[in-house]
Formats: sequence, structure tokens, C-alpha cells
Amino acid sequence: MSRWYWLLIVPFVALLAPVYLKIEPTLGGFPFFYWYQLVWLIISAVLTWIVYRATRESRG
Amino acid sequence: MIDVVALVVFILLFIGVTVLGFYAARWNRADLNNLNEWGLGGRRFGTIIVWFLLGGDLYTAYTFIAVPALMFGAGAVGFFAVPYTIMIYPMAMVVLPRLWAVCHRHNWITPADFVHGRYGSRALELAVALTGILATMPYIALQLVGIQVVLQTMGITGTGFMADVPLIIAFIILAAYTYTSGLRAPAMIAVVKDTLIYITVIVAVIAIPMKLGGFGHVFTAAQTALAAHPKPGSILISPAGFPAYATLAFGSALALFLYPHSVTGVLSSRNGDVIRRNAAFLPAYSLVLGLIALLGYMALAAGITSKTTSLAVPLLFKAMFPSWFVGVAFAAIAIGALVPAAIMSIAAANLFTRNVWVRYLHPRATPAEESNIARLVSLIVKLGALAFIIFIPLAFAINLQLLGGVWILQTLPAIVFGLYTRWFHARALFVGWLVGMIAGTAMAASQGFTSVYPLHIFGAVWPAYAAIYALVLNLAVSAILTPVLDAMKVRRADDAVRPGEFEDRGLDAVPLDAPPMHA
Repeated sequence: MSRWYWLLIVPFVALLAPVYLKIEPTLGGFPFFYWYQLVWLIISAVLTWIVYRATRESRG
Repeated sequence: MIDVVALVVFILLFIGVTVLGFYAARWNRADLNNLNEWGLGGRRFGTIIVWFLLGGDLYTAYTFIAVPALMFGAGAVGFFAVPYTIMIYPMAMVVLPRLWAVCHRHNWITPADFVHGRYGSRALELAVALTGILATMPYIALQLVGIQVVLQTMGITGTGFMADVPLIIAFIILAAYTYTSGLRAPAMIAVVKDTLIYITVIVAVIAIPMKLGGFGHVFTAAQTALAAHPKPGSILISPAGFPAYATLAFGSALALFLYPHSVTGVLSSRNGDVIRRNAAFLPAYSLVLGLIALLGYMALAAGITSKTTSLAVPLLFKAMFPSWFVGVAFAAIAIGALVPAAIMSIAAANLFTRNVWVRYLHPRATPAEESNIARLVSLIVKLGALAFIIFIPLAFAINLQLLGGVWILQTLPAIVFGLYTRWFHARALFVGWLVGMIAGTAMAASQGFTSVYPLHIFGAVWPAYAAIYALVLNLAVSAILTPVLDAMKVRRADDAVRPGEFEDRGLDAVPLDAPPMHA
């Protein structure tokens, strides 16, 4: 299996570690707790897309 | 009082999707007297249709009502829906193309078909099929709640039997076009439903915070309102509350693609890359869900009060939008209930037909007979769901749906591990499943039907999602019993899957002439 798949672990680490239980810093009125998770939503989708593109060759 | 303008817009949109539902039978016309066509749309949906279909299927009306209701009633814990719907997709990307490939090759229609082929065990197949049906039934019933709350908010109230008439009409229409068009109907309607949802949410998250003085004020006002609740809530998860939050998100993510209706959506894909691309595109719906969750806070900030938390969002829309747009938004929610209800009833019907009726009662059924039975069962399933919601207290349906999540996760070892290894003994998996079902149910019931179980171990308390604890137990039992059963030389049945059949390379929309079931 391609090494690219390791990228898919990253969102789990980011969301299952208790590092975002705080209000500050806020962004556009959103407490950190909320915007951190919403930003990871986007990063996770991008990572998934990268893995899809990068592993397409090997699947043929 | 009845809001006439909203009601007219609502009814017009509803009629529109009804026409579409019946028309869908003609789309990519094929012989619907074949379960592969009726129940999986011929397995030829491309990336865009699958995006709409799975979006409409996974992000149900109940989700869109229940998540902001939880934020409105309890605060930050409701936001677990976001990490939950993030973590689904990296796993889906890896696991689901394998399930798709092997089911495509063998013309398997349900997850239980795969389990039977892989392990040759009827007991395990039946366990997976019945768990799926059991977990799906209350979920269908709860979709009706979405329709009920918008009807109520528009002023459609009656007494006794009359109160349920609009709901009954909606469901008869749904049942009729599911019967005639199969999976094609929700696939087509999902396009309309999801467009309406996106429009509603974009308008709502721009217009409502502007009226309320910006997001900063929404969060501050929500915190004040939550702190004043009889059982105080907060907009922040405490460190002590985090294990429950995280396991709830992770466990729900593990469970989602084990639900029969999710599998039905996945198997309708044209090829493996349709699934992979959707793993990257479906998070768009998670973003919408995150924004919808915040509507619960906006309702708090707008000073909406309601004893029934599920009315929070409909009441907020009614207070904030002009009547015609209330009609659009409410139609989005109601149609949003029809799509998953249709797919869930199709999935439950597929399971019953393939894994119970054909297997036990009528092994020589022709494809036409299979399709006829599935259509009939889809009607019965929906009638059952309707009766459920009319005659049984709502709290009971909610408890059962919550248990459904715990139950469905217990099929993970047989299905997901089965995609990678045949190391586990079928009987060990069966006993593991049974232990997981009993333990999970007992844990949830002991807490008055809440998802979080406080496990006491080593003198400390570990509160976490009961489904995860049950799964750990399930896996432990399966892993311990496997070498024991092998040592006792308990026979292992043949594996119908040959090496390489999990690879989807080179498989594409090949029209399948469904052969009779593999015996």
C-alpha cells in the first residue's frame, strides 16, 4: 500500500487530541473550539483528495 | 394560525418532487423487475449523482433537526457532529472501494450477502441482516419527525387522527414512487432536496447572524442562555467531558457506513473512483451540518423558547424569514426526510429479501420474484415506520435509534475486517457480535438510554460512547474464540472470495444481467 495513505491518519490525531477546548483565540466571532474543527473539516477533505490523486497511478 | 404563503410554496415544491419521483422510473430505463436495477439503480451512478444521493442519504432531515436541537438544549456537545462527519471519509476512502469491488464481482446487493459469501455462515449472515433492519426501522420513523415539526410550525395542527393526516399523505406518496422507481427516485429527488438545503443554509448563516449582531454576539448570547438552563449547558466542552465527545464522534464515524442505507448508496456507484472522489467531496455536507448546528445557538440568541428542542430551528426560521422563504426552507427539511426514508426502506427491503426470504423461504426465486418481494417489503417497512410514529411515544423511537447506532457498530468485525482477512472464525465473530449487542444494550439502558457509559475501572471513571466499549468487548471475544475454535477443529466453511477480488482496478459500469443468487 502506498505511503500516501498515512496522510489520512492526520485528521484523527487533530480531532481526538484534547487541544481545542478553549475560547481564545477567536476568529470572526467564532470561538477556537468551533473554527478549529471547521478548519480541520476543510484540511481533511483536501488531504483525502491529495491521497486519491497520488494513488491513482498505482491503481492504473 | 396557518401561514398560507409558506404552505403554498411548501405544497408546490412537494408536488414537484412527487412528479420527479414517478418520472425517475424512466431515467436510464432498465428492467425494474430486477433487484439490481430496482434496489441499486443498476450500479451505474456517477460521481455527481452519488454525491447528491449519499449527501441526501447520510445527512438526513432528522440529523438537521436533532443536531441544532442538541446545541439549543445542551450546548457544545451537539457539535460532535462535525468531527464525526470529518472522520468518516478518510476511512471510507480506504475501505469502501474494496466492499464495492467484491460486491460488484459477485452481484451482492447487501452487506449480509458479502458476509455470507466470505464466511459461508448463515448465522452470521442473519445476524448482520437483522441488525441492519433493526437499526434502520427506528431511523426511518424518526425521519417523519422532520416532516411533523415543519407542519406544526406552519400551523397545521389537528386533534386526534386528523393531526396525522398530512403525514400519512406524504408517506403514501413516498411509498408509491419508491415502489415504482426504486433507488432512482431518491437519487433524482436528492438533487432537488440538496439544492434547497444549500440555499436555505447559505441564506440562514448570512442573514440571521446579521440580524442578531454578528457571530461573536451569537456565541456570547448562547453561552448566557445555556448557563441559565435548569440543567446548565456551555458552549465549550470541559476536559472531563472530552473523552465522551471524542468517542461519540469516532464511534459514530465507524458506524455510519455499516448502516444498510449507506451501503446501498455506495454499491450504486459506477466504479471505485466514484467512491474515492466522493470521500473528498462529501465533506461539503459536513460543513453545512456544522453551520446548521450553529442554528441552535442562533435560536438561543434570538430568544426562541420551546420546551420541544426539535422545534428550535423551524421557529427560528419562522421568526427570521419572510413567509415564502419559510416555505422553501421547510420544504427542504420535509423533502430531506423523504430521500433517506426511501433509501432506508429500500435497504431494509433488500436485506429482508436477499438474506431472509430467498435464503430461508424461497431459495429458487427468480430475479423478478426477488424484485417483487423487495418492493412489497419496502411498503411494509414504511407502513411500520408510520405506525411507529403515530402510535408509539416519540421518546421510544429516539431511544431505539440511539441503540441502533450501538447495534450496527457490532457488525464491524464481520464486515470491515472481513474485507482484509479471513483470520477470524465465523462462529467467533457470531459470539462476539452477540456479546457486543447484549453489553451495548445493557450499558445504554443502565444510563436511561443515553449514549455515554461511565465505565468504572481501576478506581477511576471513564465515560465514553457505549458502542465503543461494546465493540472492544466484541473484538476481544472474537479474537480469543478464534484460536480456541480452530484448536477444537471446528470446521471453517469455504470462502467465495478469490484473491484480488477486492481490487477495483479495471471494473467499470458493466451492465449486469443478474444471475440467480449464489447458493
